[in-house]
Amino acid sequence: MIEGFAAALPANAWNWVAVWRRNYLAWKKVSLVTILGNLADPMIYLFGLGTGLGIMVGRVDGASYIAFLAAGMVAVSAMTASTMETLYAAFARMHSQRTWEAMLYTHVTLGDIVLGELAWAATKAFLAGTAITIVTATLGYAAWPSVLYALPIIALTGCVFASLAMVVTALSPSYDYFVFYQTLVLTPMMFLSGAVFPSDQLPGAFQQIARCMPLSHAIDLIRPVMLDRPIGGIALHVGVLGLYALLPFFLSMALLRRRLMR
Amino acid sequence: MSQDQKHQVLKRKLGPEDLRRFETPAIERESHGQTSAKSSVPDSASTVAVDFAGVTKSYGNKVVVDELSFSVASGECFGLLGPNGAGKSTIARMLLGMTCPDAGAITVLGVPVPARARLARRGIGVVPQFDNLDQELTVRENLLVFGRYFGMSTRQSEAVIPSLLEFARLERKADARVSELSGGMKRCLTMARALINDPQLIVMDEPTTGLDPHARHLIWERLRALLARGKTIILTTHFMEEAERLCDRLCVLEKGRNIAEGGPQALIDEHIGCQVMEIYGGDPHELLSLVKPHSQRIEVSGETLYCYAPDPDQVRTQLQGRAGLRLLLRPANLEDVFLRLTGREMEE
Ligand SMILES: Nc1ncnc2c1ncn2[C@@H]1O[C@H](COP(=O)(O)OP(=O)(O)OP(=O)(O)O)[C@@H](O)[C@H]1O
Ligand SMILES: [Mg+2]
Repeated sequence: MIEGFAAALPANAWNWVAVWRRNYLAWKKVSLVTILGNLADPMIYLFGLGTGLGIMVGRVDGASYIAFLAAGMVAVSAMTASTMETLYAAFARMHSQRTWEAMLYTHVTLGDIVLGELAWAATKAFLAGTAITIVTATLGYAAWPSVLYALPIIALTGCVFASLAMVVTALSPSYDYFVFYQTLVLTPMMFLSGAVFPSDQLPGAFQQIARCMPLSHAIDLIRPVMLDRPIGGIALHVGVLGLYALLPFFLSMALLRRRLMR
Repeated sequence: MSQDQKHQVLKRKLGPEDLRRFETPAIERESHGQTSAKSSVPDSASTVAVDFAGVTKSYGNKVVVDELSFSVASGECFGLLGPNGAGKSTIARMLLGMTCPDAGAITVLGVPVPARARLARRGIGVVPQFDNLDQELTVRENLLVFGRYFGMSTRQSEAVIPSLLEFARLERKADARVSELSGGMKRCLTMARALINDPQLIVMDEPTTGLDPHARHLIWERLRALLARGKTIILTTHFMEEAERLCDRLCVLEKGRNIAEGGPQALIDEHIGCQVMEIYGGDPHELLSLVKPHSQRIEVSGETLYCYAPDPDQVRTQLQGRAGLRLLLRPANLEDVFLRLTGREMEE
């Protein structure tokens, strides 16, 4: 059993690149459409909510509401982009298109595939988050150049949510189950984690829950760098995000091995 | 055989040289081949490509592969012949290390599987039962991407892609998307893809199922070209004709059990051993009693009587003068063997 799991681990440190490159090649052909699609949604939220609600809310934590919201939207867009990629696109490659099956005929192991898919989803998250960061910085809602520190955090956030979504992908019998994860986990997380309003406004119990959620830690890192403020507890935030990226990765590999190699 | 010798054989067959060959000039390759031929020890590992010993696999309570043993020699075309659900694809998956047997031992190209399946896969090409080409990519991109999974650089892949396209007769489709190809072309591309790592062993799971006769004949012809190049092929099929045409030896499977093994003709001789007379156009049960004394065995399937008669003329004489009866005398084939072994409504 243990031996079997070892065979499913990544074979080496670079095999996953071949998987990543396969996805990149396929994506390149439709990149313009998907970039626009990925950008439109968070932009509409940002400017719709930002300007509309901003009038009523005024300033939040000493920043304009739209600048406050921008950090939340960057984190949420990274979360959404990598979740969507891992739930729908990776599931299709595993299930209906049988792309993974073909990969398993070769030198690539299941772990390499999972790693390549996660890296790819994180890449897409990075693109989506970075695009919004650039727009907000250009419009003057984010501080330059400290906003650049947001980029590695966006990538890490992408890894976290790809990893979590991979567990859902590994467990779902079909596409129909993904919506539960989105509405019951991700949407509440967005509201509890301080993306659209400060989480210290929440009742104590909810604040406790929020502290366990990866999105709050991502936002606690991204918001200060975008507003050029001092960050507290970097190690804690990065550590929590790291755990949220690693543990589901191993869990999803074990689940996928049981599902695909039985 | 000592561990050391085994290692040497392995190194020759599956070493990193396999991938480097794309760079070495022809002359160097010659000499390289000679040295490795000298250093390797001719023994069972170099002549036996695949060995299954007492392999069992169940899903839940259902035994899918049952105490299966067979062995495939290098350069041979070995068939796994069985109806739907006989366990053919499961056997192929176990051979690739994609699923673990519950019991028994599998050796592929001298390597224990699944323990060292990744090493074994370096020498295996796979043509799966269900297409898993990348629909979004072009023909050429499919090959390129697949080469990368074996650690081949773009340059290394591009060096072999023209000959693979030629093999698959897809030179003019190199830049077409896979979704634009016909079923037969897709299967040819899958075959080409399976060859990118220059495998010694090719596993083909029902390669002609669902293809039209033209495509089927093309696949058969390509398959024979591979055998001529010295490749070992494991072919699963439920077409008796395909097995009879292509396989040097085959194993007939029923519910995951090996119920007969041998060359196609040997199996026919052993289990049937005479010509078959098909009789139809009358009441089969009435005819049965008429021809019974002159036949070795008789089977009834629907309205047709299969009469295994050492002397068909006697049967013919017996039936003379009966109107509306049609007789067809033909050589026995694998289908007869299969039906005999798996049991039709049988009357000895
Ligand atoms: N992953 C699995 N889980 C449960 N049962 C399985 C699994 N894979 C195969 N089986 C069962 O094992 C049996 C043999 O399947 P297999 O696919 O090996 O047959 P086959 O000979 O390839 O059939 P076909 O000609 O239809 O391709 C079938 O009854 C199938 O339902
Ligand atoms: Mg099958």
